Amino acid sequence: MSLSKADVEKVASLARLKLTDEELSTMTRQLDQVIQYVQQLEELDTSGVQPMAHTADLANVFADDLLRASLPRDAALANAPKRDDECYLVPPVLGD
Amino acid sequence: MTNTAYETIIGLEVHVQLQTNTKLFCRCSTSFGAEPNTQTCPVCIGMPGSLPVMNRQAYALGLKTAVALNCQIPEFTKWDRKQYFYPDLPKGYQISQFDLPMSEHGWLEISDPKGAFETKKIGITRAHLEDDAGKSMHDEAAGRSDSRIDLNRTGTPLLEIVSDPDLRSADEARAYLSELKLLLTYLGVSDCNMQEGSLRVDANINLHIAQGERTAATPIVEVKNMNSFRAVERALRFEANRQFESWQANPVELGSPGGHKTTRGWDDQMQITRIQREKEESSDYRYFPDPDLLPVTATEADVASVRGALGELPAALRVTLAKKYGIDAYDADVLVNQGRPLVAYFEELAAACDDGRRASNWVQQDVLRLLNEMDATIDQFPVTAAALGELLKFIAAGDIDNTRAKDVLQEMIDAQSSAAEAMAKLGIEKVDASDLESLCRELLAANPAVVADLKEGKMKAVGALIGQAKKQNPNVNPAQIKSICIELVKQL
Repeated sequence: MSLSKADVEKVASLARLKLTDEELSTMTRQLDQVIQYVQQLEELDTSGVQPMAHTADLANVFADDLLRASLPRDAALANAPKRDDECYLVPPVLGD
Repeated sequence: MTNTAYETIIGLEVHVQLQTNTKLFCRCSTSFGAEPNTQTCPVCIGMPGSLPVMNRQAYALGLKTAVALNCQIPEFTKWDRKQYFYPDLPKGYQISQFDLPMSEHGWLEISDPKGAFETKKIGITRAHLEDDAGKSMHDEAAGRSDSRIDLNRTGTPLLEIVSDPDLRSADEARAYLSELKLLLTYLGVSDCNMQEGSLRVDANINLHIAQGERTAATPIVEVKNMNSFRAVERALRFEANRQFESWQANPVELGSPGGHKTTRGWDDQMQITRIQREKEESSDYRYFPDPDLLPVTATEADVASVRGALGELPAALRVTLAKKYGIDAYDADVLVNQGRPLVAYFEELAAACDDGRRASNWVQQDVLRLLNEMDATIDQFPVTAAALGELLKFIAAGDIDNTRAKDVLQEMIDAQSSAAEAMAKLGIEKVDASDLESLCRELLAANPAVVADLKEGKMKAVGALIGQAKKQNPNVNPAQIKSICIELVKQL
């Protein structure tokens, strides 16, 4: 299969990315190459192979429900582009 | 009740916060009401390189609930990333479950003691474990142009319980929610506090309208923003009417052009639903298995041990109480719906006074009324079941009548005393049988008209004598006065 510009536009929009026409062309070409590369896997016969959920052969790894210290608020907010004393600030969220 | 012109089809999605100390994938606190952004860490605010680890207790509570909901528990379950962008979702994806949820195909039975609908089993499509988002606050009053984001709630464990579209009315939806909440409370898996967002309800609703031989389905609407069970009931009533009117004005079927699923929000002030953003297609979430989390397996033995530890749940408990104490199904329902602590009080009381029906009446009429007046729960009720049991035994022995006993209970609460002490304080003593008889003779002599009535078999006339007797001595037992007077008249 080959990737269309419309496909890339949709993926970009879902990722909230704004691409120029030039970037869209470059991305479409590059993503198409990535997909074609991965598509080589389709040549393998995987009938009779169990689907795998994880590469590590492990399950049931849990942590106990015991409280640990959280980040100090200033540290948590340190990387925010915009903040006040208590919260992250973002452009107004419309609706809910 | 049900409009014959159409059938209402409702399915509910309930998100319930599980009662853990810490979040689903990190060890930050889940407690409600802390200062904004003081309960977060690199895992729950989505810092690169941080790794989530599943909370053992959250999984255990989810499993317990799923088993109680009669779900099948697959041997293998995993978690997936559900991608979408929203400011209260710092990771850019929610960790949820897509194709292999931890439980599916269960059911919950609902019934209506008043008979508004038949007892029925509501299918549970699935119950899966996922993490919660944070909170966005927009302070319009302050004229602020930005929204403020508090991520304390981010990562709190949620169990999403999805019902099959088996509900046929707002009444049934309400009954399902009440029964589900009761079950969750009995299991102790959630506090189910809707004000604090511990229990949230979304509804999917459409109509099946008979069109001659075939049935037409209206487009499905997902209703959100319902902050109480009453709001759910009202929103569903409104939405069913709205869809029917919309159909009559312009019949658009589910799946036809313009007939796609939409989302509407309930406006509690206006009592209407309003259209919200168009629902993204499921594939737009681009689910894929979360590579940071390992799968979880459950053996039949695990499930059996969870089932064995559930204790008696509401549905079974109603039957047990009715049978064991000889009370009506309706009364058993009222008691069980008050929660496990009240049932424990009732059982102790029934044992103390050796009379299940009397205990049931007193709990329902007096204990619940007093708790309501005190705005208290049964754990805070000042009279123990053993102490109230003493009082009920005095009633059974004929030492005091039911009405006077209510005064005694109030005195027991006010003075924090025993039944015997309260009765002594109120001057209630057992009236001697010979005193009673002489009192009755006096009354009959003074009321020839009543005697005449009684001779003619008008037994209601004795009421006047009881009133007079109580005036002379408030401690007399009305039933005894009645039987003695009738006996004396017969001898005349």
